[in-house]
Amino acid sequence: MASKLWASRAASYFRISIFHRGFATVIKDFKYADTHEWVKVDGSSATVGITDHAQDHLGDVVYVELPEVGTAVTQGGSFGAVESVKATSDINSPISGKVVEVNKELNNSPGLVNASPYENGWIIKVEIGNSEEVKSLMDSDQYSKFCEEEDAKH
Amino acid sequence: MNLVRLKGVPILQQLHLEERLLRKSSDNWCIINDGTHDPTIVMGISGKPVELLEIDPVLQDELPVIQRFTGGGTVIVDQGTVFVTFICNKDAVPGLQSYPRPIMSWSSLVYQKVFQGIGDFSLRENDYVLGNHKFGGNAQSIIKNRWLHHTSFLWDYEISNMRYLKLPKRTPEYRQARGHLEFICRMKDYIPRSNFIDRTIDAVGNHFLVRSMELEAIKYPSGTKFQPSSRLLRKQELEEAEFDSRTGVFINGLLRSLDLCSLVNREYGIYNFSNFGHGWNE
Repeated sequence: MASKLWASRAASYFRISIFHRGFATVIKDFKYADTHEWVKVDGSSATVGITDHAQDHLGDVVYVELPEVGTAVTQGGSFGAVESVKATSDINSPISGKVVEVNKELNNSPGLVNASPYENGWIIKVEIGNSEEVKSLMDSDQYSKFCEEEDAKH
Repeated sequence: MNLVRLKGVPILQQLHLEERLLRKSSDNWCIINDGTHDPTIVMGISGKPVELLEIDPVLQDELPVIQRFTGGGTVIVDQGTVFVTFICNKDAVPGLQSYPRPIMSWSSLVYQKVFQGIGDFSLRENDYVLGNHKFGGNAQSIIKNRWLHHTSFLWDYEISNMRYLKLPKRTPEYRQARGHLEFICRMKDYIPRSNFIDRTIDAVGNHFLVRSMELEAIKYPSGTKFQPSSRLLRKQELEEAEFDSRTGVFINGLLRSLDLCSLVNREYGIYNFSNFGHGWNE
Protein backbone atom coordinates (compact mmCIF):
# COMPACT_ATOMS: atom_id res chain seq x y z
CA MET A 1 0.00 0.00 0.00
CA ALA A 2 2.81 2.42 0.86
CA SER A 3 4.29 1.88 -2.59
CA LYS A 4 0.92 2.59 -4.25
CA LEU A 5 0.61 5.82 -2.22
CA TRP A 6 4.16 6.83 -3.20
CA ALA A 7 3.49 6.09 -6.86
CA SER A 8 0.21 8.00 -6.95
CA ARG A 9 1.78 11.01 -5.16
CA ALA A 10 4.65 11.06 -7.60
CA ALA A 11 2.28 10.75 -10.55
CA SER A 12 0.05 13.54 -9.30
CA TYR A 13 3.00 15.86 -8.49
CA PHE A 14 4.43 15.51 -11.95
CA ARG A 15 1.07 15.51 -13.69
CA ILE A 16 1.70 12.04 -15.04
CA SER A 17 -1.36 10.04 -15.99
CA ILE A 18 -0.91 6.35 -15.46
CA PHE A 19 -4.08 4.67 -16.51
CA HIS A 20 -4.30 0.93 -16.25
CA ARG A 21 -7.54 -0.84 -16.88
CA GLY A 22 -8.79 -2.79 -13.91
CA PHE A 23 -8.18 -6.05 -15.76
CA ALA A 24 -6.39 -7.22 -18.89
CA THR A 25 -7.99 -9.57 -21.39
CA VAL A 26 -6.77 -13.11 -21.77
CA ILE A 27 -7.63 -15.79 -24.31
CA LYS A 28 -8.87 -18.97 -22.77
CA ASP A 29 -6.93 -21.58 -24.73
CA PHE A 30 -3.61 -19.78 -24.86
CA LYS A 31 -0.70 -20.38 -22.50
CA TYR A 32 1.20 -17.62 -20.74
CA ALA A 33 4.70 -16.89 -19.44
CA ASP A 34 5.45 -14.86 -16.31
CA THR A 35 7.23 -12.37 -18.58
CA HIS A 36 3.86 -11.59 -20.19
CA GLU A 37 4.10 -13.38 -23.51
CA TRP A 38 1.40 -15.72 -24.79
CA VAL A 39 1.65 -18.82 -26.94
CA LYS A 40 -1.03 -20.50 -29.04
CA VAL A 41 -0.08 -24.11 -29.68
CA ASP A 42 -1.27 -25.81 -32.82
CA GLY A 43 0.26 -29.29 -33.03
CA SER A 44 3.99 -28.87 -33.52
CA SER A 45 3.67 -25.15 -34.32
CA ALA A 46 3.08 -22.21 -32.07
CA THR A 47 2.32 -18.52 -32.40
CA VAL A 48 3.81 -16.08 -29.90
CA GLY A 49 2.98 -12.51 -28.92
CA ILE A 50 2.79 -10.22 -25.90
CA THR A 51 -0.28 -10.06 -23.72
CA ASP A 52 -2.86 -7.34 -23.31
CA HIS A 53 -1.44 -6.69 -19.82
CA ALA A 54 2.02 -6.15 -21.29
CA GLN A 55 0.93 -3.83 -24.09
CA ASP A 56 -1.12 -1.77 -21.67
CA HIS A 57 1.84 -1.31 -19.33
CA LEU A 58 4.36 -0.69 -22.10
CA GLY A 59 2.43 2.08 -23.84
CA ASP A 60 2.22 2.81 -27.55
CA VAL A 61 4.55 0.50 -29.44
CA VAL A 62 6.43 2.37 -32.14
CA TYR A 63 8.85 -0.31 -33.31
CA VAL A 64 9.24 -4.08 -33.13
CA GLU A 65 12.64 -5.69 -33.57
CA LEU A 66 11.93 -9.05 -35.19
CA PRO A 67 14.30 -12.02 -35.34
CA GLU A 68 15.41 -13.59 -38.59
CA VAL A 69 13.47 -16.62 -39.78
CA GLY A 70 15.45 -19.71 -38.84
CA THR A 71 16.63 -18.27 -35.52
CA ALA A 72 16.61 -20.71 -32.63
CA VAL A 73 14.62 -19.60 -29.58
CA THR A 74 14.84 -21.03 -26.07
CA GLN A 75 12.21 -20.95 -23.36
CA GLY A 76 12.70 -17.80 -21.32
CA GLY A 77 15.32 -16.40 -23.69
CA SER A 78 14.90 -13.09 -25.51
CA PHE A 79 14.35 -13.13 -29.26
CA GLY A 80 13.40 -9.56 -30.07
CA ALA A 81 12.28 -6.28 -28.59
CA VAL A 82 9.54 -3.69 -28.70
CA GLU A 83 10.09 0.04 -28.43
CA SER A 84 7.52 2.08 -26.57
CA VAL A 85 7.71 5.47 -24.90
CA LYS A 86 11.52 5.77 -24.70
CA ALA A 87 12.22 2.14 -23.86
CA THR A 88 13.26 -1.00 -25.63
CA SER A 89 11.79 -4.01 -23.84
CA ASP A 90 12.93 -7.54 -24.51
CA ILE A 91 10.42 -10.10 -25.76
CA ASN A 92 11.09 -13.56 -24.33
CA SER A 93 10.00 -16.82 -25.91
CA PRO A 94 7.61 -18.97 -23.87
CA ILE A 95 8.87 -22.07 -25.68
CA SER A 96 11.96 -23.44 -27.37
CA GLY A 97 12.12 -24.06 -31.08
CA LYS A 98 12.91 -22.45 -34.41
CA VAL A 99 11.36 -19.30 -35.84
CA VAL A 100 9.50 -20.21 -39.05
CA GLU A 101 7.67 -16.94 -39.67
CA VAL A 102 7.70 -13.38 -38.37
CA ASN A 103 4.86 -10.88 -38.58
CA LYS A 104 6.21 -8.46 -41.18
CA GLU A 105 3.08 -6.29 -40.80
CA LEU A 106 4.64 -5.05 -37.58
CA ASN A 107 7.36 -3.30 -39.59
CA ASN A 108 4.81 -0.86 -40.96
CA SER A 109 2.20 -1.10 -38.21
CA PRO A 110 3.86 -1.71 -34.84
CA GLY A 111 0.69 -0.44 -33.16
CA LEU A 112 -0.98 -3.77 -33.99
CA VAL A 113 0.71 -5.04 -30.83
CA ASN A 114 -1.42 -2.60 -28.85
CA ALA A 115 -4.61 -2.77 -30.91
CA SER A 116 -4.74 -6.54 -31.36
CA PRO A 117 -2.20 -8.24 -29.08
CA TYR A 118 -3.68 -11.72 -29.49
CA GLU A 119 -4.54 -11.68 -33.21
CA ASN A 120 -3.08 -9.28 -35.75
CA GLY A 121 -0.31 -8.26 -33.32
CA TRP A 122 1.24 -11.75 -33.19
CA ILE A 123 5.02 -11.58 -33.37
CA ILE A 124 6.59 -14.92 -34.36
CA LYS A 125 5.59 -18.44 -35.33
CA VAL A 126 7.74 -21.23 -34.01
CA GLU A 127 8.32 -24.88 -34.82
CA ILE A 128 8.20 -26.30 -31.29
CA GLY A 129 11.35 -28.02 -30.11
CA ASN A 130 10.05 -29.55 -26.88
CA SER A 131 6.28 -29.84 -26.43
CA GLU A 132 6.73 -30.74 -22.74
CA GLU A 133 7.70 -27.14 -22.05
CA VAL A 134 4.13 -25.98 -22.59
CA LYS A 135 3.14 -27.73 -19.35
CA SER A 136 5.26 -25.30 -17.35
CA LEU A 137 3.30 -22.28 -18.64
CA MET A 138 0.24 -20.74 -17.01
CA ASP A 139 -3.29 -21.16 -18.30
CA SER A 140 -5.55 -18.14 -18.71
CA ASP A 141 -6.96 -18.27 -15.17
CA GLN A 142 -3.54 -18.66 -13.59
CA TYR A 143 -2.17 -15.82 -15.69
CA SER A 144 -5.05 -13.48 -14.82
CA LYS A 145 -4.41 -14.13 -11.14
CA PHE A 146 -0.68 -13.62 -11.68
CA CYS A 147 -1.32 -10.20 -13.24
CA GLU A 148 -3.65 -9.13 -10.44
CA GLU A 149 -1.09 -10.14 -7.81
CA GLU A 150 1.73 -8.41 -9.67
CA ASP A 151 -0.20 -5.16 -10.01
CA ALA A 152 -1.31 -5.32 -6.37
CA LYS A 153 2.31 -5.56 -5.18
CA HIS A 154 3.27 -2.29 -6.86
CA MET B 1 24.74 0.56 -5.89
CA ASN B 2 28.14 0.72 -7.57
CA LEU B 3 29.06 4.23 -8.66
CA VAL B 4 31.40 4.63 -11.62
CA ARG B 5 32.56 8.15 -12.39
CA LEU B 6 33.95 8.75 -15.85
CA LYS B 7 35.20 11.84 -17.61
CA GLY B 8 35.32 12.32 -21.35
CA VAL B 9 34.78 8.65 -22.19
CA PRO B 10 33.62 8.24 -25.80
CA ILE B 11 29.88 7.69 -25.91
CA LEU B 12 30.11 4.41 -27.86
CA GLN B 13 32.42 2.99 -25.20
CA GLN B 14 29.98 4.14 -22.52
CA LEU B 15 27.05 2.49 -24.32
CA HIS B 16 28.95 -0.77 -24.71
CA LEU B 17 29.82 -0.76 -21.01
CA GLU B 18 26.21 -0.03 -20.04
CA GLU B 19 24.74 -2.77 -22.18
CA ARG B 20 27.24 -5.31 -20.85
CA LEU B 21 26.50 -4.37 -17.25
CA LEU B 22 22.77 -4.56 -17.93
CA ARG B 23 22.90 -8.03 -19.47
CA LYS B 24 25.83 -9.64 -17.67
CA SER B 25 25.99 -8.14 -14.18
CA SER B 26 23.65 -8.76 -11.27
CA ASP B 27 24.66 -5.60 -9.36
CA ASN B 28 23.03 -2.18 -9.35
CA TRP B 29 25.03 0.57 -11.03
CA CYS B 30 25.14 4.32 -11.40
CA ILE B 31 27.42 5.54 -14.15
CA ILE B 32 28.24 9.21 -14.54
CA ASN B 33 30.21 10.30 -17.61
CA ASP B 34 31.19 13.93 -17.42
CA GLY B 35 31.27 14.91 -21.08
CA THR B 36 32.24 12.92 -24.12
CA HIS B 37 35.18 13.76 -26.29
CA ASP B 38 34.02 14.43 -29.83
CA PRO B 39 30.61 15.66 -31.01
CA THR B 40 28.60 12.57 -31.88
CA ILE B 41 25.04 11.96 -33.03
CA VAL B 42 23.27 9.20 -31.13
CA MET B 43 19.99 7.77 -32.44
CA GLY B 44 17.63 5.39 -30.65
CA ILE B 45 17.18 1.74 -31.63
CA SER B 46 14.68 2.46 -34.39
CA GLY B 47 16.15 5.71 -35.62
CA LYS B 48 16.40 6.21 -39.39
CA PRO B 49 19.07 8.67 -40.54
CA VAL B 50 17.03 9.89 -43.50
CA GLU B 51 14.19 10.92 -41.17
CA LEU B 52 16.23 12.34 -38.32
CA LEU B 53 19.39 13.84 -39.74
CA GLU B 54 20.49 16.47 -42.24
CA ILE B 55 22.78 13.89 -43.84
CA ASP B 56 24.70 16.23 -46.18
CA PRO B 57 26.31 18.31 -43.44
CA VAL B 58 26.78 15.18 -41.28
CA LEU B 59 28.78 13.59 -44.11
CA GLN B 60 30.65 16.78 -44.98
CA ASP B 61 31.71 17.36 -41.39
CA GLU B 62 32.30 13.62 -40.82
CA LEU B 63 30.25 13.50 -37.64
CA PRO B 64 30.03 10.02 -36.17
CA VAL B 65 26.48 8.61 -36.00
CA ILE B 66 25.68 5.89 -33.48
CA GLN B 67 22.59 3.71 -33.17
CA ARG B 68 22.17 2.85 -29.49
CA PHE B 69 20.48 -0.11 -27.84
CA THR B 70 17.85 1.92 -25.97
CA GLY B 71 14.68 3.51 -27.32
CA GLY B 72 13.91 7.17 -27.70
CA GLY B 73 15.05 10.01 -29.88
CA THR B 74 18.17 11.54 -31.36
CA VAL B 75 20.71 13.64 -29.53
CA ILE B 76 23.97 15.28 -30.42
CA VAL B 77 26.41 14.92 -27.57
CA ASP B 78 29.78 16.49 -26.86
CA GLN B 79 31.91 17.84 -24.04
CA GLY B 80 28.94 19.85 -22.80
CA THR B 81 26.84 16.75 -22.16
CA VAL B 82 26.72 15.03 -18.79
CA PHE B 83 25.47 11.44 -18.79
CA VAL B 84 23.86 9.67 -15.85
CA THR B 85 22.79 6.04 -16.06
CA PHE B 86 21.01 3.77 -13.62
CA ILE B 87 21.16 0.01 -14.09
CA CYS B 88 19.05 -1.88 -11.57
CA ASN B 89 17.63 -5.26 -10.71
CA LYS B 90 13.87 -5.25 -11.02
CA ASP B 91 13.44 -5.51 -7.26
CA ALA B 92 16.05 -2.87 -6.46
CA VAL B 93 13.49 -0.14 -5.82
CA PRO B 94 10.74 -1.49 -3.54
CA GLY B 95 7.32 -1.32 -5.16
CA LEU B 96 8.61 -0.26 -8.59
CA GLN B 97 7.26 -2.14 -11.62
CA SER B 98 9.86 -2.46 -14.34
CA TYR B 99 7.89 -0.79 -17.08
CA PRO B 100 8.83 2.47 -18.86
CA ARG B 101 6.57 4.93 -17.08
CA PRO B 102 7.11 3.83 -13.47
CA ILE B 103 10.88 3.83 -14.02
CA MET B 104 10.67 7.29 -15.57
CA SER B 105 8.63 8.52 -12.58
CA TRP B 106 11.11 7.11 -10.08
CA SER B 107 14.06 8.73 -11.86
CA SER B 108 12.32 12.08 -11.74
CA LEU B 109 12.08 11.81 -7.96
CA VAL B 110 15.86 11.50 -7.81
CA TYR B 111 16.36 14.63 -9.88
CA GLN B 112 13.61 16.49 -8.06
CA LYS B 113 15.94 16.30 -5.08
CA VAL B 114 18.92 17.43 -7.17
CA PHE B 115 17.15 20.56 -8.36
CA GLN B 116 15.35 21.39 -5.13
CA GLY B 117 15.73 25.12 -4.60
CA ILE B 118 17.57 25.57 -7.91
CA GLY B 119 15.02 25.59 -10.68
CA ASP B 120 11.47 24.73 -11.65
CA PHE B 121 12.29 21.06 -12.39
CA SER B 122 9.72 18.60 -13.59
CA LEU B 123 9.21 15.56 -15.77
CA ARG B 124 7.13 16.62 -18.78
CA GLU B 125 5.96 13.58 -20.73
CA ASN B 126 9.36 11.85 -20.96
CA ASP B 127 11.74 14.79 -20.70
CA TYR B 128 13.36 16.60 -17.81
CA VAL B 129 12.52 20.27 -18.06
CA LEU B 130 13.25 23.49 -16.25
CA GLY B 131 10.11 25.53 -16.75
CA ASN B 132 9.03 24.24 -20.15
CA HIS B 133 12.52 23.92 -21.62
CA LYS B 134 14.07 20.50 -22.02
CA PHE B 135 17.52 19.95 -20.59
CA GLY B 136 17.60 16.19 -20.17
CA GLY B 137 16.58 13.43 -22.58
CA ASN B 138 15.82 9.92 -21.36
CA ALA B 139 15.92 6.43 -22.76
CA GLN B 140 15.58 2.95 -21.31
CA SER B 141 16.20 -0.70 -21.90
CA ILE B 142 14.19 -3.27 -19.97
CA ILE B 143 15.09 -6.96 -19.88
CA LYS B 144 13.67 -9.87 -17.94
CA ASN B 145 14.92 -9.04 -14.45
CA ARG B 146 16.75 -5.74 -14.88
CA TRP B 147 16.29 -2.29 -16.28
CA LEU B 148 18.43 0.60 -17.43
CA HIS B 149 17.54 4.26 -17.51
CA HIS B 150 19.98 6.76 -18.95
CA THR B 151 19.88 10.48 -19.41
CA SER B 152 21.90 12.92 -21.46
CA PHE B 153 21.93 16.27 -19.73
CA LEU B 154 22.53 19.46 -21.69
CA TRP B 155 24.90 21.24 -19.39
CA ASP B 156 25.94 23.24 -22.43
CA TYR B 157 25.60 22.90 -26.18
CA GLU B 158 26.83 24.40 -29.43
CA ILE B 159 24.09 26.19 -31.35
CA SER B 160 25.83 25.27 -34.59
CA ASN B 161 25.32 21.55 -33.85
CA MET B 162 21.57 21.92 -34.18
CA ARG B 163 21.94 22.12 -37.96
CA TYR B 164 22.67 18.38 -38.12
CA LEU B 165 19.27 17.39 -36.75
CA LYS B 166 15.88 17.50 -38.44
CA LEU B 167 12.77 18.24 -36.45
CA PRO B 168 11.59 14.77 -35.44
CA LYS B 169 8.21 13.42 -36.62
CA ARG B 170 7.27 12.31 -33.12
CA THR B 171 7.49 15.16 -30.65
CA PRO B 172 6.00 15.65 -27.18
CA GLU B 173 2.89 17.80 -27.01
CA TYR B 174 4.48 20.35 -24.75
CA ARG B 175 7.06 21.09 -27.45
CA GLN B 176 4.30 22.88 -29.40
CA ALA B 177 6.23 22.97 -32.68
CA ARG B 178 9.12 24.96 -31.17
CA GLY B 179 12.43 24.75 -32.99
CA HIS B 180 15.47 23.19 -31.26
CA LEU B 181 16.78 26.43 -29.75
CA GLU B 182 13.40 27.54 -28.39
CA PHE B 183 12.76 24.09 -26.93
CA ILE B 184 15.95 23.33 -25.00
CA CYS B 185 17.91 25.15 -22.31
CA ARG B 186 21.39 24.94 -20.80
CA MET B 187 21.79 23.48 -17.32
CA LYS B 188 24.85 25.72 -16.81
CA ASP B 189 22.49 28.67 -16.48
CA TYR B 190 21.12 27.07 -13.31
CA ILE B 191 23.82 25.04 -11.57
CA PRO B 192 27.62 24.56 -11.70
CA ARG B 193 28.67 21.32 -13.35
CA SER B 194 30.46 19.73 -10.40
CA ASN B 195 27.61 20.77 -8.14
CA PHE B 196 25.12 18.92 -10.34
CA ILE B 197 27.21 15.76 -10.22
CA ASP B 198 27.72 15.96 -6.45
CA ARG B 199 24.04 16.60 -5.82
CA THR B 200 23.11 13.68 -8.08
CA ILE B 201 25.36 11.34 -6.14
CA ASP B 202 23.83 12.58 -2.87
CA ALA B 203 20.32 12.07 -4.21
CA VAL B 204 21.17 8.52 -5.30
CA GLY B 205 22.49 7.96 -1.78
CA ASN B 206 18.95 8.57 -0.47
CA HIS B 207 17.84 5.42 -2.29
CA PHE B 208 20.91 3.16 -2.26
CA LEU B 209 24.08 2.51 -0.33
CA VAL B 210 26.59 3.86 -2.82
CA ARG B 211 30.12 2.49 -3.21
CA SER B 212 32.59 3.89 -5.69
CA MET B 213 34.19 1.66 -8.26
CA GLU B 214 36.93 2.39 -10.76
CA LEU B 215 36.37 1.72 -14.46
CA GLU B 216 39.52 -0.39 -14.58
CA ALA B 217 37.93 -2.88 -12.17
CA ILE B 218 35.09 -3.60 -14.61
CA LYS B 219 36.61 -2.79 -17.98
CA TYR B 220 37.90 -6.19 -19.02
CA PRO B 221 35.84 -8.98 -17.56
CA SER B 222 37.41 -12.37 -17.78
CA GLY B 223 35.49 -15.22 -19.38
CA THR B 224 32.35 -13.26 -20.32
CA LYS B 225 31.55 -13.07 -24.02
CA PHE B 226 29.26 -10.26 -24.98
CA GLN B 227 28.47 -8.57 -28.27
CA PRO B 228 26.98 -5.12 -27.69
CA SER B 229 24.35 -3.92 -30.13
CA SER B 230 25.08 -0.17 -30.11
CA ARG B 231 27.09 0.56 -33.23
CA LEU B 232 28.69 3.23 -35.32
CA LEU B 233 26.97 3.63 -38.67
CA ARG B 234 29.27 3.25 -41.66
CA LYS B 235 29.76 6.20 -43.99
CA GLN B 236 28.34 4.03 -46.76
CA GLU B 237 25.09 3.59 -44.83
CA LEU B 238 24.65 7.33 -44.48
CA GLU B 239 25.47 7.88 -48.13
CA GLU B 240 22.95 5.26 -49.16
CA ALA B 241 20.30 6.81 -46.90
CA GLU B 242 20.90 10.19 -48.50
CA PHE B 243 20.78 8.67 -51.98
CA ASP B 244 17.55 6.82 -51.15
CA SER B 245 15.91 9.99 -50.02
CA ARG B 246 16.83 11.77 -53.22
CA THR B 247 16.14 9.14 -55.85
CA GLY B 248 13.67 6.71 -54.31
CA VAL B 249 14.15 3.17 -53.10
CA PHE B 250 13.33 1.51 -56.44
CA ILE B 251 15.99 3.28 -58.55
CA ASN B 252 18.56 2.89 -55.80
CA GLY B 253 17.82 -0.85 -55.60
CA LEU B 254 18.53 -1.30 -59.32
CA LEU B 255 21.77 0.64 -59.19
CA ARG B 256 22.99 -1.18 -56.08
CA SER B 257 23.28 -4.44 -58.02
CA LEU B 258 25.63 -6.04 -55.59
CA ASP B 259 23.14 -5.41 -52.78
CA LEU B 260 20.01 -6.13 -54.86
CA CYS B 261 19.57 -9.73 -53.81
CA SER B 262 20.14 -9.12 -50.12
CA LEU B 263 17.73 -6.16 -50.30
CA VAL B 264 14.99 -8.32 -51.88
CA ASN B 265 15.68 -11.13 -49.46
CA ARG B 266 15.53 -8.76 -46.53
CA GLU B 267 12.29 -7.16 -47.71
CA TYR B 268 10.45 -10.17 -49.10
CA GLY B 269 12.31 -13.18 -47.75
CA ILE B 270 12.00 -15.10 -51.00
CA TYR B 271 15.57 -15.30 -52.22
CA ASN B 272 17.75 -17.76 -50.34
CA PHE B 273 21.47 -17.14 -50.68
CA SER B 274 22.24 -20.73 -49.85
CA ASN B 275 20.70 -21.59 -53.22
CA PHE B 276 22.45 -18.78 -55.06
CA GLY B 277 22.30 -19.47 -58.75
CA HIS B 278 19.34 -21.82 -58.40
CA GLY B 279 16.71 -19.11 -58.76
CA TRP B 280 13.99 -17.86 -56.44
CA ASN B 281 12.81 -19.83 -53.46
CA GLU B 282 9.21 -19.22 -52.48
